[in-house]
Amino acid sequence: MIQTATKADTTEPMITMSDVGKWYGAFQALHDVDITVAKGERIVLCGPSGSGKSTLIRCINHLEAYQKGEIHVGGILLGHSSKTIDAVRREVGMVFQQFNLFPHLTVLQNCMLAPIRALGLSKAEAQERAKSLLERVKISEQAEKYPAQLSGGQQQRVAIARALCMRPKVMLFDEPTSALDPEMVKEVLDTMIALAEEGMTMICVTHEMGFARQVADRVIFMANGAIVEEAPPAEFFSNPQHERTRKFLGEILGRH
Amino acid sequence: MGREEFVFLLIGLKWTVALSIVAFVCGCVAGLVVALARTSGIAIVEGVTAFYIAIFQGTPLLMQLFVVYYGLALVGIRMDAWAAVSVGLTLHASAYLGEIWRGSIEAVPRGQTEAAKALALGYVSRMKDVVLPQAIRISLPATVGFLVQLIKGTSLASIVGFTELTRAGNIISNQIFQPITVFGIVGALYFIMCCPLTIWGAHLERRFAASAR
Ligand SMILES: Nc1ncnc2c1ncn2[C@@H]1O[C@H](COP(=O)(O)OP(=O)(O)O)[C@@H](O)[C@H]1O
Ligand SMILES: [Mg+2]
Repeated sequence: MIQTATKADTTEPMITMSDVGKWYGAFQALHDVDITVAKGERIVLCGPSGSGKSTLIRCINHLEAYQKGEIHVGGILLGHSSKTIDAVRREVGMVFQQFNLFPHLTVLQNCMLAPIRALGLSKAEAQERAKSLLERVKISEQAEKYPAQLSGGQQQRVAIARALCMRPKVMLFDEPTSALDPEMVKEVLDTMIALAEEGMTMICVTHEMGFARQVADRVIFMANGAIVEEAPPAEFFSNPQHERTRKFLGEILGRH
Repeated sequence: MGREEFVFLLIGLKWTVALSIVAFVCGCVAGLVVALARTSGIAIVEGVTAFYIAIFQGTPLLMQLFVVYYGLALVGIRMDAWAAVSVGLTLHASAYLGEIWRGSIEAVPRGQTEAAKALALGYVSRMKDVVLPQAIRISLPATVGFLVQLIKGTSLASIVGFTELTRAGNIISNQIFQPITVFGIVGALYFIMCCPLTIWGAHLERRFAASAR
């Protein structure tokens, strides 16, 4: 098992996953996953398709139930009762590959819905918060439009703003740039970099290795539902320990 | 056919409209419950509602009306014909609309529910604010189509003795012995109600197909 000395050892961890196992029916998608993420830490999670990256981060906000081990988020034990699940979800924002904006609501309404319904903000408070976050992702002039009227990159920035409107302690990104045309990748990565610089705790599933080099504190490599290796990016890219990692890096960096 | 006979038909028409509205409105409310139960994710609830739907889809509407009308009387619940056919048609509509809306709820992409869950929205808000507004839009053409079926289906209420448009036509026809004229007018009245709805439904369907592209 791999243990790395990170900031997690000195500060209260934001996320701990200990010995987490997850099955889809008879198929085991996660094997004994141990991860500790410190407050403010930026993790990039990578690995081949089907290696369980989405499954792992979806366990953190209980979009997928896990069957073994324990997950703590912001000091809350993520049990299987809707009470702890909702408590964790209020602290954890998630950005999806396919954006998943609500198509029948305007950009502004997309951002206002959850703060009103899940946090009990007044309409005015929610609107003020939404507007300031849309400003922050540089899209405030589109506030009255519907998602379908925006480009993919703009939609993904709205999705980031929508998640931030909950003032989460943690942000999870599941291949946020994979569905985008190449020319739109940068605007989304820039938004994520800005967020990282502000100190947000982030776990990003991405194959954007430039992003990993620039912002990640640690890169975690997964294969077949297990963590193979984790290291700071400089070390991860220059001196991968495992054959599986080298092969993956060869493929992914060779492509770009 | 005289003025009096025509007025009698119009009174029948009024009851057909009233019956259609009551059955559709109550059927919508009950159908929503059926659709939500059918998609609840709770195996037993889904099973029971699937059975409920299968019964109403697998038997003739006329038989359903008989069962409500005579069956309720047998167990001691006395209802006049109007109440009985309203209940019968409402149950019928709830099953069909429930099934239409189940399909529409399931047609809303999974990512919508996942995004709503990730935003800590509870079940009520997920449904009310996210899924149902999209599902209703998807279901609109089929819902309007069913409304047309329901309006025509109210004519079966005549058989348990409720004087709606069809039975009014029957009565007049037996009085003045001009079945072609009388039922021609009755048919025209149904057509005037149903045809615009059919056209509207087709229009909605086209618009939906266009926006889905
Ligand atoms: N809902 C599901 N039911 C069954 N198997 C699933 C489901 N979701 C994912 N899997 C399987 O779990 C494994 C990991 O999937 P995923 O976490 O999506 O991988 P990644 O995100 O790394 O591409 C894959 O083998 C996939 O086929
Ligand atoms: Mg994935």
